[in-house]
Amino acid sequence: MVLLNIRLPRIATAVLVGAALAGAGSAYQMAFRNPLVSPDILGVSAGAGLGAVAGIFFGLPVWGIQAAAFATGLATVGVVMAVAALAMGGARDTLALVLTGMAVGALAGAGIAIFKVLADPDNQLPAMTFWLLGSLAGVRSGDAVVLIPAIIVGLAPLVLLRWRIGTLAMGEDEARALGIDTSRLRIVVILTATLMTAAAVSAAGTIGWIGLMVPHMARLIAGPRFDRALPLALILGATLMLGIDTVARSVATTELPLGVLTAVIGAPVFLTLLARGRKSWG
Amino acid sequence: MGLIVASDLAIGPAPGRILARDITFTLEKGEVIAVLGPNGAGKTTLFRTLLALIPPMAGQLELSGFDPATLCPEAIARRLSYVPQAMSAAFPWSVTDFVLMGRSARIGRFATPGRADSAIAAKALSRMGITHLAEAPVTRLSGGERQLALIARALAQESPAILLDEPAAALDFGNRERLAQLLSGLAADGLGLIFSTHEPAQAARLADKVLTIDRAGQAMLGAPSAMLAAERLAALYGLRLAEVQRASGQRAEGCGQIARPGGIGP
Repeated sequence: MVLLNIRLPRIATAVLVGAALAGAGSAYQMAFRNPLVSPDILGVSAGAGLGAVAGIFFGLPVWGIQAAAFATGLATVGVVMAVAALAMGGARDTLALVLTGMAVGALAGAGIAIFKVLADPDNQLPAMTFWLLGSLAGVRSGDAVVLIPAIIVGLAPLVLLRWRIGTLAMGEDEARALGIDTSRLRIVVILTATLMTAAAVSAAGTIGWIGLMVPHMARLIAGPRFDRALPLALILGATLMLGIDTVARSVATTELPLGVLTAVIGAPVFLTLLARGRKSWG
Repeated sequence: MGLIVASDLAIGPAPGRILARDITFTLEKGEVIAVLGPNGAGKTTLFRTLLALIPPMAGQLELSGFDPATLCPEAIARRLSYVPQAMSAAFPWSVTDFVLMGRSARIGRFATPGRADSAIAAKALSRMGITHLAEAPVTRLSGGERQLALIARALAQESPAILLDEPAAALDFGNRERLAQLLSGLAADGLGLIFSTHEPAQAARLADKVLTIDRAGQAMLGAPSAMLAAERLAALYGLRLAEVQRASGQRAEGCGQIARPGGIGP
């Protein structure tokens, strides 16, 4: 029963979260033509964090916290795209999008800080901190069931459009001259990546590094072609997340936060890979 | 029916900001048109308009008989390909993969390039003489090799017309000549080419027609001999006649000119 109700859902969630973050990051790095972009560049993680912290503050049940995180994550990217489209000269301009995302993300960060200040320091604050650092400790069988559709809906367009998404990295004018409807494709990428990231973050909290690092690892091994790097990124993301979560729950008597481990394991792995081959970053 | 037919085209980044007007020309199969004009006259804007990246501000434009506004991006890409001034590769694709991107408008929306596409890419590489670079990352190519890879990608697109934005700007003398030979070879194969340049000599070397856009945004089309005459160039670039003659004299005759006043002749 432990296996079925706790271990198995946790493993499934780790695999799904890892694949989702790695897939979203891979697509973003192509759509924004920048290998330093991660899936939370448009503020989805900060927004989801705000929703989760608010949920904890108002004493919502676990599913309520997750729903709040998911909704605010999506809403934040919606706000970023609307502001970029209306005030910054068009959502077509990736720089306008990224800068707006940074500003709105900072606002969400301020909101998170306010809730942390107001929170009950014995009870709510540790829960908030733990959530913001990411954890799969609270995962139950229901979570994976909710995650699966969101990730399938998010991943299917990325896999189907894999060749075209790769051509986005040529830049706006060149990709359009190659016959790509760039505005529409970029919106598809943003929507699907946001959906997957919001789902992953609402289940596991904010987990950095996977979405930035795994796409690099995949490109180092499979080359920069998106249609080849994407499947590998999904597998690597899932494997890495599962491995990190296993370490998180077994290395000490208290669970270690995933966000800490992804950075502690991720940063050296990342640097080693970069030192060994400059192939994936030009 | 021309590959590209422009009639009384006005171009600009936005309505009310027209850069050039009265652009009228027809690009036929096998023809080469050179576009000349001072910096900022609108050469790049003209190319972006022809590619339907921005709409024309006035006048008519046809790509193989169709108004590009009514065509989807794939259909435009099958009629017209684009060689940008410089390669801005964000990722180190191999030259082959880079050229394969030219197949995007020829494959299904959810497909990846197949064996036939790879064969076409290989043919484009060999046409440009860069087969030996097939596996090299594009980020490691020299300026001349990058230009050839960009043209190979346009060839893989299999469009009957190609736009080249200052294709020789970053090339040394030898690569310029090699590029000129390759481009006239492509025209001889029946492709229609439009290229922009800052070198009247290059227009004279390659073009069947010359389109000039002056600083006031007035466009003119004519035969190279007429359009590249010193008087015309002087007006186009805002130089005095003597300045144009001095500039082109030095280019055409080089050091030999110095020996002449010495009076070796009869």
